[in-house]
Amino acid sequence: MSRQKNEQLSEIKKVEFSKQLKKQWVLVAWSVFFVIYGLVFYYAPLVGWLMGFQDYKPKDGILHSKWVGLSTFKNLFSNPDYLGVIRNTLAMGVINLIATTIMAILFAILLNEIVGQKKKKVIQTISYLPHFLSWIIVTGILHDALSGSGIVNELLLKFHLVPQAVNFFAHEVYFWPIVAFANVWKETGWNAIIYLAAITAIDPSLYEAAAIDGAGRLDKIRYVTIPGIKSTIIILLIMNVGNVLNAGFEIQYLLGNGLVQRVSRTIDIYVLDWGISQMNYSLGTAAGIFKSAVSIILILICNEIAKRHGEERLF
Amino acid sequence: MSNLTFKRKLSGADIAFYTFNTIFMAVFVIVTLYPVLNTLAISFNDGLDALKGGIYLWPRKFSVKSYITVLQRDKLMVAAFISVARTLVGTLLSLITCAILAFIVSRKNFLFARPLSLFWVITMYVNGGMIPIFLLYKGLHLTNSFWVYVIPGMVSAFNMLVIRTYMNGIPDSFEESAQLDGAGYTTIFLRIISPLCKPVYATVALFVAVYQWNSWFDVYLYNRMKPNLTTLQYELMKLLASVTSQSTSAQSMKNSTSSITPVSVRAAATIITMLPIICIYPFLQQYFVSGLTLGGVKE
Repeated sequence: MSRQKNEQLSEIKKVEFSKQLKKQWVLVAWSVFFVIYGLVFYYAPLVGWLMGFQDYKPKDGILHSKWVGLSTFKNLFSNPDYLGVIRNTLAMGVINLIATTIMAILFAILLNEIVGQKKKKVIQTISYLPHFLSWIIVTGILHDALSGSGIVNELLLKFHLVPQAVNFFAHEVYFWPIVAFANVWKETGWNAIIYLAAITAIDPSLYEAAAIDGAGRLDKIRYVTIPGIKSTIIILLIMNVGNVLNAGFEIQYLLGNGLVQRVSRTIDIYVLDWGISQMNYSLGTAAGIFKSAVSIILILICNEIAKRHGEERLF
Repeated sequence: MSNLTFKRKLSGADIAFYTFNTIFMAVFVIVTLYPVLNTLAISFNDGLDALKGGIYLWPRKFSVKSYITVLQRDKLMVAAFISVARTLVGTLLSLITCAILAFIVSRKNFLFARPLSLFWVITMYVNGGMIPIFLLYKGLHLTNSFWVYVIPGMVSAFNMLVIRTYMNGIPDSFEESAQLDGAGYTTIFLRIISPLCKPVYATVALFVAVYQWNSWFDVYLYNRMKPNLTTLQYELMKLLASVTSQSTSAQSMKNSTSSITPVSVRAAATIITMLPIICIYPFLQQYFVSGLTLGGVKE
């Protein structure tokens, strides 16, 4: 009897389904468009990963090129040049992530303490400005500011901090800090938006309670503000750790030069040099696959860590 | 009132904190604005005079020659036209498609809402990489054409999520009452939901417009051989590269007779390139702030 009932139920569901489908045909038609678009522009390139396991020749295509297994990867990882490139990408990614996160949080907290809505608003508007400038413009500005006769050298010389003008772009030691500074300069105000929103969402009664207990401004920041935005900080860190390897291309490409290329070149620049300029598609693809794989693993690990600590997660 | 009682209670530590905070903000504002104002001053200064250095916030020898030089370059007019075209067309296409996609996946009783949503969220994390994408565009005959600027990035999962989050906040009763009146999904999207979504549309439009306006790498990668498809950013990059390599010979430049120098021309080009965005973003502030906080955190 229950089977009969089940059949009836599934029959009703089927009718319901086709009825719904008929009603939703506009949505279904658009969905088809979006699936096709997604397959072509986002999923089809994944098929191209096969090139990393082939000796890809454009005239043979993916279907007829010779399979070489993991030998391209073996070549890649026995190449000190590529290992150096991985190191640069990771190092700059991590330094940038730490520097920009700390600065954004610091800026958000301090801006929140500014008395006067108008003053706050003006500072905030100014803080967004660099985010809207292209890396071309930002690197141009950096070249000006850090050149031999630029403002930075002028100040350093004025206060006798250096005996003579420093050539910032000719020494390897300066490159990573310059990249980190540029990222901080460009994104601090923008990144602070989310932290500021999180601070605004903190229950004001918590501050009042803290004041009654005799807390000063610093105590309130330490015991109310920072705990209040902790989960936002963690979820943004997770999102950004997955992007650590993506953080290096434009600025390194635009600022790098022959003198500092040992520390300036990133995975993307390596892919560009070998894949596009030298037309070694297999090597370029393999170098890119490694980047994607590491990124996904990083996201999953961070997600898991957040889960263990009972924090909000991405998925 | 509360401010008054507050002031009386300021301790030494609090005073120190406020002093530190004021200094911090002052330094922050100066470091952010100075480079832009300095570029502005150099762009309006006589080129030869600018090489002597010492120009900070105000031009010493006023001149608009650099701007005239920049605007007289044929290539730059073409570049400006393409930059404007890709920004307008790209923003429009992207906004329309992302809004439709967000509308579809935010319909609660739509049969395929969840799988379609997941299908797109995955694209945020998995990326084919530069080489396969380059070969794909080549295969689709998108390279050496204007469409490579606007078609490939058109639908973006991130922008879709920003809009979807906003649409989810609209009460279902709007849709239901419209459906009772016999409205189809197209009408609901165009007449009911979209008018309510203006703030989030403005946010996404700004995101896309800024991305389009500032892009240069796709020009280099796909349309290098097509000088009539160049953009302002790409021309600026070439200008920068030439100045950087010449900066060592600035000394010899001082002896030249022309009052137009690469440094001042580049400053003028930089100002022209950044001007449109600087003029627009302050007015869209409330939109992108709310859009970012809505869609950015809550995926």
